[in-house]
Amino acid sequence: MLDALQQRLELAGGKVSLLHGMAVAEIAPAALVGVVGVLRSEFQFDLFLDVTAVDWPGHAQRFEVVYHFYSTRHFARVRLKTRVTEQDPTVDSLITLYNSARFMERECHDMYGIVFRGNADLRPILLYEGFVGHPLRKDYPKDREQPLVPYRT
Amino acid sequence: MASRTIPIRPEATRSQAFEYLTTKKDELVGWARKFSLFPYPFVTACCAMEFMAVSSSPYDTDRFGAALPRFSPRQADLLMVVGTVTHKQAPVLLKVYEQMCEPKWVMAFGVCATSGGFYQNYAAVLGIDRIIPVDVYVPGCPPRPEMVIDGIMQLQDKIARSRHPILTKDF
Repeated sequence: MLDALQQRLELAGGKVSLLHGMAVAEIAPAALVGVVGVLRSEFQFDLFLDVTAVDWPGHAQRFEVVYHFYSTRHFARVRLKTRVTEQDPTVDSLITLYNSARFMERECHDMYGIVFRGNADLRPILLYEGFVGHPLRKDYPKDREQPLVPYRT
Repeated sequence: MASRTIPIRPEATRSQAFEYLTTKKDELVGWARKFSLFPYPFVTACCAMEFMAVSSSPYDTDRFGAALPRFSPRQADLLMVVGTVTHKQAPVLLKVYEQMCEPKWVMAFGVCATSGGFYQNYAAVLGIDRIIPVDVYVPGCPPRPEMVIDGIMQLQDKIARSRHPILTKDF
């Protein structure tokens, strides 16, 4: 199954490697929804584990959006990575394939400011309304506070 | 018309019986209050485990009259903030504090509530005394039960020594 998965991911234009027995594929943002659809329909990756991002300051494509999927049929995991720029940190949403993507994409939007095209509800989920910025970006100062109640003097 | 004084048994007046004592109002009220602390546990994080340990029988905060948690702030007079308070949670903590009736005291339980502890990030409040006044700080991550008991005893001393206005601010 792993070999077939690797071949199928390479066919879809991905750069595939094996890491601790898990297939890792780097793909273009435009190919994302198509590849995930193949994973779900042909390889029974029916569980969407998480979506997060990695901030690489100084790189031309600053953000690396990372997806993990799990197949409860084959007991296998797969990791997908795609790169977006700081000016246009947009990837397509996966809510047409996995309903659980709604909340996980909200969290990723909170923390990194990745915009998920197609997810209409990107309100803060862990942060609060009125929070300015994205705290897990490397240029967010670690001592910056945005209190909701005025401090005692 | 008979007088309305309480009849005292004649044999008691003749003996060396304990009939009255003199004290100060503040000392009497403080003595009563320091042994009837009703804590409201505002428990947010892992210090809760230590809070359970100190409440249970081996350490037994009931010895200090501070064992019965009230889960309504209106019935409590000791707010125990047990664990990290985040900025998102700060309005809740402030509302709970404001709902408590006077007299009220606050204990910062654990280093996160005291000063933020090892957190310095976008989420954590660096000490609840930025939001509400705190009477006793118990540091530690988590604090030993002995430290919590020491904190309760220090708070009792503070209650016993402070003024307790009842009718007006002067009495």
